[in-house]
Amino acid sequence: MGELRLMKGNEVIAEAAIRCGCDAYFGYPITPQSEVMETLMDREPWDETGMVVLQAESEIASIHMIYGAAASGKKVITSSSSPGISLMAEGISYIAGAELPCVIVNVQRGGPGLGTIQPSQADYFQSTKGGGHGDYRLIVLAPSSVQEMNDFVELGFQLAFKYRNPAMILTDGVIGQMMEKVVLAEYIPRLTDEEINEKYGSWATNGRKANRQRNIITSLEMDSGRMEKNNIRLQEKYTKMEEEEVLFEEFSCEDADYLLVAFGSSSRICQKAVDLAREKGIKVGLLRPITLFPFPKKPIAALAKQVKGMLVVEMNAGQMVEDVQLAAGCAIPVKHFGRMGGIIPSPGEVVEALEQKLIGG
Amino acid sequence: MELKDIINPNNLVYEKPKLLTENTMHYCPGCSHGVVHKLLAEVIEDLDIQDKTIGVSPVGCAVFAYNYIEIDWQEAAHGRAPAVATGIARTNPDKVVFTYQGDGDLASIGAAEILHACNRGENMVVIFVNNGIYGMTGGQMAPTTLIGQVTATTPNGRDVGRNGYPLKITELIAQLPGTSYVTRQSVHTPATIRKCKKALAKAFQAAIDKKGTSFVEVVSTCNMNWKMTPVKANEWMVDNMFPFYQPGDLKDSSKTDPESYTPLKN
Repeated sequence: MGELRLMKGNEVIAEAAIRCGCDAYFGYPITPQSEVMETLMDREPWDETGMVVLQAESEIASIHMIYGAAASGKKVITSSSSPGISLMAEGISYIAGAELPCVIVNVQRGGPGLGTIQPSQADYFQSTKGGGHGDYRLIVLAPSSVQEMNDFVELGFQLAFKYRNPAMILTDGVIGQMMEKVVLAEYIPRLTDEEINEKYGSWATNGRKANRQRNIITSLEMDSGRMEKNNIRLQEKYTKMEEEEVLFEEFSCEDADYLLVAFGSSSRICQKAVDLAREKGIKVGLLRPITLFPFPKKPIAALAKQVKGMLVVEMNAGQMVEDVQLAAGCAIPVKHFGRMGGIIPSPGEVVEALEQKLIGG
Repeated sequence: MELKDIINPNNLVYEKPKLLTENTMHYCPGCSHGVVHKLLAEVIEDLDIQDKTIGVSPVGCAVFAYNYIEIDWQEAAHGRAPAVATGIARTNPDKVVFTYQGDGDLASIGAAEILHACNRGENMVVIFVNNGIYGMTGGQMAPTTLIGQVTATTPNGRDVGRNGYPLKITELIAQLPGTSYVTRQSVHTPATIRKCKKALAKAFQAAIDKKGTSFVEVVSTCNMNWKMTPVKANEWMVDNMFPFYQPGDLKDSSKTDPESYTPLKN
């Protein structure tokens, strides 16, 4: 077993980045995720692994530094929180369009606008439906524990490089700020220039070698026919993700009459709500989507044949509920319960909402 | 004498740089970009760094620069080339990285990125083609448009009250401690073309020697959007641009030594 530590979610992102052989982190301070860069600067990984850590002048610059380094075949990560992710949207669209791998961490806070520094899940639409311009998708991973903050850094990179597509870890101020025990990953060495040439030489812009054509990284294509083909290729990639990369977790679903659907920190609250409801004799299960894109449509469709209704619990005004409704179809009621503005719902509130919106109605 | 006798390798006195591709350039006849591209290809070839040079092309007329020089290229979003180049340079310290940017890209939408990259002293070359106008979008006012200059968005001439002052961004860049070589050149005569090539070679050598940021402005013409013949555009540039954007070196030293700053007191 790896090293066991008690750490904050944000600190773990930094530690996992160093350990998984990241080449660089570029970022800009914003609450509630500043500990990511602070931890990195304190750890000084440039001496240990050669990892670059740079505080950029803005989130806009950070994401375009990510674009530049990723295009040269490097393993690079950035983190921010909701308003900062909005600023990064331009660069994220370019990275998706140019088909480059990277990991972006969004430690969500409440919005809109400057909003609040308290936790929220209100960036579900932004993360899973685009966020920037054009038809693109991010691979979106939603950790529900500090352990998963650790695990999803390397998982995010594996998926990002497999599909040459940006991956986002969509978390929030609860998981970013809370401390839990975590088993840290073993160190993976950074790739050497030779290994990058071997693995990514067909596309990486790290200097034209004598044995290959020059590489050009761009999302620009003035010929509409070719641009449509580029779009089709992207869509085929997203379809393959939907077929092969869906991750989810079920709790107490075998005999459930009602289903809670929740991701990230809301799913932790819902686990307790399942216990409370079962103490009251209500057979409730929980489905936790781990990948928000690709979305676990099939398991939700299967459970829609079993349960009498679903309650989607989110710290927002109702976003993932739309995807659950689409997956479940019209045969059963699919309702939403959410708190906003940085308010975290309690397990008791969830059970109350379940009784009012589904059982009582 | 037949044509094949004239077009013969033995008679060769001048040729296209090997690193320039066979692609037909999209630039308008009379545009300065083609000359700057040629010089860039020659300098990279002369320094024998084509296998470790990565270019960053901008949004603007040079958006397709990657079609013309046989090296690895990345296309950046509008104004973000210095950030993109920072990402490449920081993670590839043994490579040579340059950005190629116009005045709208560098001095307007990308003003923050260029100032901070130069202030950090990123090890890279910046080629700044300043023709005082947005070329690709059809001749709108740029930050460097002169007072009184007619553009698509200043049809009666740039008015300071309405549009603010022309921005001498290169003078600002020269103030920054991270830059080592800052110069302003042009490519309108054989003599200035030779001088500009020397400046580019010096800038690239500085990047190879890890001296921080080198910045080469090329005051240029946009005869199409200036609505002049190429010859008239060159004259207009000399008469109007040069008095305001004076050619010559603005800085030729090295990055500021951090030891020169007064240490913090407890």
